[in-house]
Formats: sequence, structure tokens, C-alpha cells
Amino acid sequence: MAKYLLLKHYRGAPAPVNDVPMDQWTPEELSAHVQYMQDFAARLEETGEFVDGQALSQEGTFVRYDGEGRPPITDGPFPETKDLIAGWMVIDVETYERALELAGELSAAPGAGGKPIHEWLEVRPFMTAPPTITE
Amino acid sequence: MDEALLRTLTPTVIGILVRRGADFAAAEDAVQDALVEAVRVWPDDPPRDPTGWLATAAWRKFLDAARAETSRRHREVRVESEPPPGQGEAEDDTLWLYFLCAHPSLSSTSAVALTLRAVGGLTTRQIAQAYLVPEATMAQRISRAKRTVSGVRFNQPGDVATVLRVLYLIFNEGYSGDVDLASEAIRLARQLATKTDDEEVAGLLALMLLHDARRPARTGPDGRLVPLAEQDRSLWNTRLIAEGVDVLQTALARDRLGEYQAQAAIAALHADARTAEETDWVQIVEWYDELVRLTGSPVVRLNRAVALGEADGPRAGLAALAELDPALPRYTAAAAYLHERDGDPVTAARLYAEAARSAPNLPERDHLMRQAARLNAQQRG
Repeated sequence: MAKYLLLKHYRGAPAPVNDVPMDQWTPEELSAHVQYMQDFAARLEETGEFVDGQALSQEGTFVRYDGEGRPPITDGPFPETKDLIAGWMVIDVETYERALELAGELSAAPGAGGKPIHEWLEVRPFMTAPPTITE
Repeated sequence: MDEALLRTLTPTVIGILVRRGADFAAAEDAVQDALVEAVRVWPDDPPRDPTGWLATAAWRKFLDAARAETSRRHREVRVESEPPPGQGEAEDDTLWLYFLCAHPSLSSTSAVALTLRAVGGLTTRQIAQAYLVPEATMAQRISRAKRTVSGVRFNQPGDVATVLRVLYLIFNEGYSGDVDLASEAIRLARQLATKTDDEEVAGLLALMLLHDARRPARTGPDGRLVPLAEQDRSLWNTRLIAEGVDVLQTALARDRLGEYQAQAAIAALHADARTAEETDWVQIVEWYDELVRLTGSPVVRLNRAVALGEADGPRAGLAALAELDPALPRYTAAAAYLHERDGDPVTAARLYAEAARSAPNLPERDHLMRQAARLNAQQRG
């Protein structure tokens, strides 16, 4: 088994195919989307492949150390150029192909007009502990 | 095997060990170990005197730990090896434990964790699950909290306000996980109310009961948030409402108003309305005025603005809102609501979408986004 991080972006990923802002969907389309996401996570829990999932708020701040005795520097909230992660799901699956398959399924979540959003998701393998047997 | 009973006994048995000379941290550890043993042994061999059984088991655990510590340090520590067997000491005087666990020297997260373990009798694992952190993290938080309060001596009464704040935080955390924190907070508030004679303890208990009564109506079948005005009021728990109102009236009659009583009064007025339209908004605004006077809190002023919008019309609500800081949590959502009531769906939709983007949790975000979507769809025709 190997763990993968599926990352969803508010900003910084290529534009999805069905790119309509959520507040322009109908309430029913919104409900269908929420339901799809819940069902997806529930199904992965059943197959024993779900590890964790969290949504992140849209506020994000870059911070860095600014030297002894000084407060850290922040870039302030919402700079328009910044990559902004919307949430993640960690899955533990048999193969890389399975990780891609699941990410594809998640990207098919319905949006405006009940059609798949075709959203770009990022799949990142976890670094693992070194194996016991090395030769 | 009655786990609820076991948990009620926890503070009592900690109290017994402390009176016998154990320090709080060691007593608390020993009682946790004894609880684990009770869970294992009681189903097959239920004790006749649960408190006595637990006290004996916990004292033994305490002695074992103290002896291990002694030999570890290669020095002698005198401990009473056999305590007098005791029905007589089962008198419950555990109020100090509430004060200790909610001590002002603790951060609120630490106070919450320690209260749930030492007063609530929950295991570290249960608390960790409820707050979605690893068990090791929660164990560390609790042991640090115990170290922080280890030097505290009670030669004066503790501060009830800090205890109430901790219980309020536990209640507000909600219903995720195996442990129902809202019910646990109610249990602890009830227990506290039997030990104190304080109107605000009663006020907080009433507030919790009245809010818990609405729980079945607060979320739809698909987990979505149902706002107060749209709730199916036949789902409200009338038994809890009656109890909450009763507790509140007894407290209010003593004429020592505090913020929890005022909040409970507002909840009681909502509970009293058979339909949303019947809500007595004028009285609710008056209670908000009291709350503003008592707390000066900007969040209370925000809620007051929304209530004023119902009592005197949306323009009055918007005027009250204009005096507040737009950075307040839920300011934008309140503005969206009032603009919609004022017949301006375009502004309302824009503000709902904006509020959704800064919502602090998913159900709230989805709810606000749905409001924006509803208004935008209406405008498209």
C-alpha cells in the first residue's frame, strides 16, 4: 500500500472545463455536489482506502522569519498570485494507477448544469519510511 | 456495565484519593487506571459498592505507582499502605475539582481537556477522538495541564466564571465523534448545579437545554444546516424546553442577572414561538440590550442588529449593523440576510457568496453558498 495526497486548489491549478463559480449554480446543483463528495469519502472508507480529508478556508498567509527580536513578516491575506489549496484527501491504495483512478473520479464531481467539473487535482505520493530489507 | 455511572464516580474517587494524601496528578492517573480495570472486571463481577470498589482499586494503583517511583529514585517515601475502608468518606465534595480543572492559569484548550478527563471521566482516547487530534497529543496536553495546576491550593473559593466558560466551550464543540460533547457538557453542568447555588450555573444549564432541544431540527437529512426560521418546530424536544424554561425561571426570580441567563432567555423566547412568525422579537431585542450591557461584546451587538431587523424592519437592522466593525465574524452573512429582507437580492447574493468564502466550517459555507445560488437563480428567472 502507498499513501497519496489528493490536493484541490482554490487557485493555482489550471482552469477546469466546467468553470462556473459556485454561487452561479442552482441550489440543487450545489446539493448534488456536496452529496457526491460525501459519498466518495464514504465509499473509500468502506474499501479501506480512506485516511484523512480536510477542507481549508480561503484565507491563507505566507509567513517568514525576519531576524532576531522582530516579528515574522507576513504577506497579508489574499495576494492574487498565490497558489491556494482548498483541501486535501489522503488515500492509502495498492497502486499509483488506483490513486489516479480515484482522483479522476473526484474530479468528475458534478457542478453547474449537473455536469462534471473536470477540475484539475494534484496527486502527490507520500515519502515513506526506508524499507527494512535493503539488499 | 454502566459506563455512565462509572464516569459520574470519577471526580468523587479522585476526591477520596486526594483527601487521603495523594497529589492531584497522581490521584487522577490512578483513577484512570482503575476505570480501565473496572471496564474489564465489572461486566462479569459487578461490585455491590461501586464507589468503594473504585476507591480501593485506585488507591492500589496509586500505591503501585508511588512504589515504582520510590524504587526508581532509590529513596524512601512514606505512604500509608492501607487506608481505612471507607463508606464514611464517600461524601461528595468535588466542587474544587471543577475549579482546579478550569483554573485561570490553564489555556482554554487545556482546561477543556482536563475537565473532560478528571471531572467527566472520559478516557484520553475518547477526548482525542472528539477533538480530532492524535491520542499522544491529547495525553501530552493533559499531563502538561496537570503539571500547571499541581501547585494550586484552595484556600479560597474558585472562580465559577472560568468553569462556566469551559463547559460552554465543550457544549459548543458539538456532536462529532463517538462522544457527544454537547450531552457531556449538559451532564457536567447539571452536576455542577447540584453542588452550587449560583444563578449563572442555572443560566448556563438552561441555555444548553434550550439549544439542545432544537438539535433534531437543526440539520436536514443530508447533513445540511437548517436555519432557525425554517426548522420543523415539531421536532423540537418539548421535555428539554420545559426543563430549560423551568431552570431559567427559578434563576431569573432571584434577580441576579448574568450573561448566561440573558442568553437562555433569548433561547426560551425562540422556543416559545410555535412558528417563526410568532417570535417575540421586541422582547428578544430587549434581552440583547441587557446582554450588551452585561458583556459589551461586539458579537452580541451583531446578533442584536439581526434581531432589531426583525423587530423594527431591515432598515433598522442595517443601521445598527453599520455601527459595527465589518471584520466581525458573520458580519457579512448578517448583512446579506438584512439586504435580502430589505428587497435587494442582488446585493444580498453578492454578500452571501462573500460570506461563504470566509465561513468557518463546511455546513455553514454550503448553507451560505446555497443562499447565494438561490437568489442568483431567482434573478435569472
